[in-house]
Amino acid sequence: MKIIVALKQVPARDSQLKVAPSGKWIDESDLTFEINEPDAYALEEALQLKEKHGGEVIVLCAGPERAASSIREALAKGADRAIHIEEDDLGAYDTLALARVLAKAAETEKPDLVLTGLQSDDLGSGQTGVVMAELMGLPHATIIMQVELAGAGLRVKRELEDGWFQFAGMPLPALLTIQSGINKLRYATLMGIKKAKSKEIRRLTAADLGVPPRSTVTVAGIFAPPRMKQTQILDGSPREAAAKLVEKLKFEARVI
Amino acid sequence: MNGILVVTETGLNGLHKMSLETVAAGQQLSRELGQPVSAAVFLTAPLSAKLDRVYRVQHDLLSAYTADGYTAALEALIHQADPAVVLFPHTYQVRDFAPKLATRFGQVLISDIIGVHEGKWRRQLFQGKLNADFLPQPGTRVFASIQAGAFRADQLEAGAAPEEIFSPALDPSLLRQKPEPPFRESARAVDLSAADVIVSVGRGIKEQDNIPVVEELAKALGAELAASRPICDNGWLPMERQVGSSGQTVAPKVYVAVGISGAIQHLVGMKGSKTIVAINKDPNAPIFEVADYGIIGDLFEVVPALVDEVKKARG
Ligand SMILES: Cc1cc2nc3c(=O)[nH]c(=O)nc-3n(C[C@H](O)[C@H](O)[C@H](O)COP(=O)(O)OP(=O)(O)OC[C@H]3O[C@@H](n4cnc5c(N)ncnc54)[C@H](O)[C@@H]3O)c2cc1C
Ligand SMILES: Nc1ncnc2c1ncn2[C@@H]1O[C@H](COP(=O)(O)O)[C@@H](O)[C@H]1O
Repeated sequence: MKIIVALKQVPARDSQLKVAPSGKWIDESDLTFEINEPDAYALEEALQLKEKHGGEVIVLCAGPERAASSIREALAKGADRAIHIEEDDLGAYDTLALARVLAKAAETEKPDLVLTGLQSDDLGSGQTGVVMAELMGLPHATIIMQVELAGAGLRVKRELEDGWFQFAGMPLPALLTIQSGINKLRYATLMGIKKAKSKEIRRLTAADLGVPPRSTVTVAGIFAPPRMKQTQILDGSPREAAAKLVEKLKFEARVI
Repeated sequence: MNGILVVTETGLNGLHKMSLETVAAGQQLSRELGQPVSAAVFLTAPLSAKLDRVYRVQHDLLSAYTADGYTAALEALIHQADPAVVLFPHTYQVRDFAPKLATRFGQVLISDIIGVHEGKWRRQLFQGKLNADFLPQPGTRVFASIQAGAFRADQLEAGAAPEEIFSPALDPSLLRQKPEPPFRESARAVDLSAADVIVSVGRGIKEQDNIPVVEELAKALGAELAASRPICDNGWLPMERQVGSSGQTVAPKVYVAVGISGAIQHLVGMKGSKTIVAINKDPNAPIFEVADYGIIGDLFEVVPALVDEVKKARG
């Protein structure tokens, strides 16, 4: 089975974010970056499917040069090769245009299965995978917590709200958006890191794929959210703050 | 292109609770823009709201939800009704088909919005750490989904609406997903909704071996221990202790969030708590937007101190 995993590099989780002077994106200069969390689960799912059924796992990533570090990490974990669509300014592409870029690149591989994360940690649109499926003419399902091969197709477990789930079948090729927690992530081994150095990373640009930048929606500005509630900050040393909180719990919330 | 179309969702027991919030948002936008507002309702769920029209979307192939079926049906409805704005509740089901539907019209879904002001559609970035205003290109149809709680169902203007049956022509071969009936995993052994006090732990705890740090606090307060999703994903605590959109919804007297950032999927499960306490080292963490009391600091210093103080107060 040939599996493509769309993987995005995003700012590390506990980053202190500052709005850039443009007011339209964050200042990326002092940040460290990592693989978007659900994408790491999508990669793991692809690796496990390959281990069970054979085939190939190809990482697909659009991003600036720095994204190469996340691609290497995916190769070190066991992906066979990668496609890096190198673009410095993905801000000029809205989700639809970006999905066009990714779909174009994915189509050239004629994959049996495309996996994406269900949502990116930075933009959080939660839709790139679904849009890719539509553009590629593939059936899809989202928020997936289990993947099985069933005959010539798939049987997948969708997470619904409030603790409900549902199985659904569909033919292959297909696209799935993967939810965090579907499996247990592996670490890259030393051997894996060594091997990754000789694996192929194909570099191309959106222009090579014939997809121009385009936005049907543009960012007018980004800013820190206003506080909705007046939080009473209990300050002082940890002990002082703790003592103040106990007062509140005792005399106001009355739970002590 | 004129007017607002609100696409509602029918759940297992009638309209999904976020549908009414979305209808209220549609009514508000309709007043602001001076344009009519209508709603699309699947199956027979009753809806009583002041609207210009209700479209009952009916077809045998729509009795069970599929992304392909819903997309095809709504594509046909949008061609007929020709709305300028299409609103959805940002539910799991909408995540599954609305991006596909918007793509059919060459548009992007502006997802999970928290408000709209003067033509700017506001949504969160970085899991709530920042907000962004988005501008659709003038003259294009807007597709937007609305975050839970961003608009209030009690602001809904009650009333009636003329109903129209909309029966799209659907070809069974279009529907590639074959859904099975929804189910729940085995009954929950832990009922967090009964707890007066909940101590909830997030990724700030760093490692499984550190869980006893918060367990101590729960014990001292006589509280139930709960967690954010990543803690359960990692298997550090069982799934049944997860709070949030895919876990339990709780409303205790006191909810203590320890090392939890406050992503919307967590907040929807606990923001009804009477008093919310947040312990977090990041003063900009979104959890402070809903907290009544906050301690900004390292949980590994604050929590043990708190355990001592609680024990002291209990005598
Ligand atoms: C469809 C969907 C459904 C989801 N369902 C749920 C759900 O039901 N429940 C849920 O919780 N999430 C859910 N999520 C995930 C959610 O979006 C967040 O990713 C998650 O809630 C983040 O968990 P967290 O706050 O523990 O971790 P993080 O976001 O990583 O936050 C960790 C926090 O700990 C703080 N911290 C770190 N170290 C320390 C320290 N030493 N002392 C004090 N503070 C510290 C940091 O400042 C940070 O704020 C869902 C996501 C999706 C897309
Ligand atoms: N630049 C990118 N390169 C590769 N995959 C991406 C990129 N952006 C988004 N994706 C994929 O699409 C998913 C959903 O992203 P989003 O629609 O931004 O929430 C992510 O989890 C990734 O799998």
